Amino acid sequence: MTATPTNRRLGLKEKYALLTRDLGWDTTYQKMDDVFPYDSFEGIKIHDWDRWEDPFRLTMDAYWKFQGEKEKKLYAIIDAFQQSNGQLNISDARYLNAIKVFLTGVSPLEYAAHRGYAMLGRGLRGVGPRIASQMQAIDELRHAQTQVHTISHYNKYFNGLHDFHHMHDRLWYLSVPKSYFDDAMSAGPFEFITAISFSFEYVLTNLLFMPFMSGAAFNGDMATVTFGFSAQSDESRHMTLGLEVVKFMLEQDPENLPIVQKWIDKWFWRGYRVLTLVAMMMDYMLPKRVMSWAEAWEIYFENNGGALFGDLARYGVRMPKYHEVAAKEKDRLSHIAWGIFYNYTHAAAFHTWVPSGDEMAWLSHKYPATFDELYRPRLEHWDALEKRGERWVNNALPMLCQVCQVPMAFTEPDDATRICQRESSYHGMKFHFCSDGCKDIFDGEPEKYVQAWLPVHQIFQGNCFPEDVDPTAPGFEALPEVLRYYHVAVGQDGGDFNASPDKHNWERWTGPATPKAQTA
Amino acid sequence: MPVIALNPGYAGATADAEERFHGQRLLYIGWADHLMFCSPVCIPVSSAMSFGTLTEQVLPSLYGSHPDFATIDWQRVEWRHGSEPFAPDPARSLADNGLVHKSSITLHTPGLRGLGGSHN
Repeated sequence: MTATPTNRRLGLKEKYALLTRDLGWDTTYQKMDDVFPYDSFEGIKIHDWDRWEDPFRLTMDAYWKFQGEKEKKLYAIIDAFQQSNGQLNISDARYLNAIKVFLTGVSPLEYAAHRGYAMLGRGLRGVGPRIASQMQAIDELRHAQTQVHTISHYNKYFNGLHDFHHMHDRLWYLSVPKSYFDDAMSAGPFEFITAISFSFEYVLTNLLFMPFMSGAAFNGDMATVTFGFSAQSDESRHMTLGLEVVKFMLEQDPENLPIVQKWIDKWFWRGYRVLTLVAMMMDYMLPKRVMSWAEAWEIYFENNGGALFGDLARYGVRMPKYHEVAAKEKDRLSHIAWGIFYNYTHAAAFHTWVPSGDEMAWLSHKYPATFDELYRPRLEHWDALEKRGERWVNNALPMLCQVCQVPMAFTEPDDATRICQRESSYHGMKFHFCSDGCKDIFDGEPEKYVQAWLPVHQIFQGNCFPEDVDPTAPGFEALPEVLRYYHVAVGQDGGDFNASPDKHNWERWTGPATPKAQTA
Repeated sequence: MPVIALNPGYAGATADAEERFHGQRLLYIGWADHLMFCSPVCIPVSSAMSFGTLTEQVLPSLYGSHPDFATIDWQRVEWRHGSEPFAPDPARSLADNGLVHKSSITLHTPGLRGLGGSHN
């Protein structure tokens, strides 16, 4: 009797087959439809899951090995960054405000994505996409962790970074990114994967990561650059998954096209509205600027995205609805967003300021059609008030869009001087929207969006005060209690940068010279 | 279809139903050509308040910080309710003027176009 060798090494192809496709099976004691109840109610028809092409030939054992190596490098660099007081090498303390927006607004989305892909790994019945979702779920958890660990160093020296997860679930402007992900996670698995893997990871992600990582590099933030690089190879896998899943749905049944197109339209617009925060960061918050939002939009959406949708035309897919509105808004978006946060700086967990003369000249140069005429006058007015010691803020709460939850600050596509307002009525109640894009989304599923947790309305319902206060007591002041509920420390986390402890400390540490941005 | 849901007939609670506002209702107010205020504002109001009280006592706290506000000629102002022209009677209540929960009204002040005429 001859012994069969049991320890022979498997070929790559064989190993791949055993460790991916071979991990699934058809159930016999229970019906497959009962085991996988979530992958049919959206109307997507899949006839043959085996036709799924795995976008990346990666098995779990190789995955752990690669990720482990990346982690070791990342943490070695973070250690060095911390020990060499890397926080003093940034261009100016104003820069950190972009990182505050990132930590409170974006890192929790990485964690939400981890949860979402874990749900997909359970919800889809095809083994190929389940494996891909499982890997992405672990990637996203890693991204959330590495971002939190990296940025935690800045928390030792700067305000506003101390309670990102608490803030993410409560703070008014953070409901914009939070509701975006909640919307996707409360949809079915195919809509989720179209929303996040395709519309965000494939179509829009460059507009998030390029500005943050290049912005970090330009402004001396080696910590953020490092976690960005560590995530980059994962991101390319995620993008591939996004494209693959859309092609798969479209190839499986012609009836899938209108459903997929509707999701592409919806999630382009949802994602684009979230990127309003990025536009503001690029044009106003980086002491050393990389490129303008309008330039980034042209390169990463109009050119690259245009080519992508050109390729997808053979499947019958067209450009997302209202992409032309986004093009019309590109000269306005960042200015509108900075205006919102300047109005409500006293209720935010990061600082705002009036750009310096040089910075306004840059804005004027990058936005010749709009800046001097429409946005410079308000900045100069605010600047004059601040210099008189009367820093202006808006004392009333803003009207919010029912869908994107951004204050209703966007202007008519063809008239930048008029606020764009759209309205629908559902079961006798009025609902308001910032755009046709958001109105269409509401009208498509009103029963979903009537449940939206709009921060301003929640404050007026009395749901945003700490438990120990009595809003009916004489002399009750709402705003300080709302900020206490948010864990925003008055006089530290928000308000104008020029009056902030961050600025004071930065000057103590680095000398009261002008920001490096202007001397470099 | 009002919602794509696993269970047929799924319905959720309306988060901003009027009864959740402790006897008040929401009113949105915008001021055209004054975009220094980033968006229309949202305030809780009593439906029994007169429109005159709204303009005389509430609007100054919302928009009084703008240099144009003191120069408004209240005889000439125009209002819109949603996208429709709206001629409120200052002596009558908000409700009697046709304003409901979550009505959105816009103030137009002819001749006043914001800081240096910049719509701010």
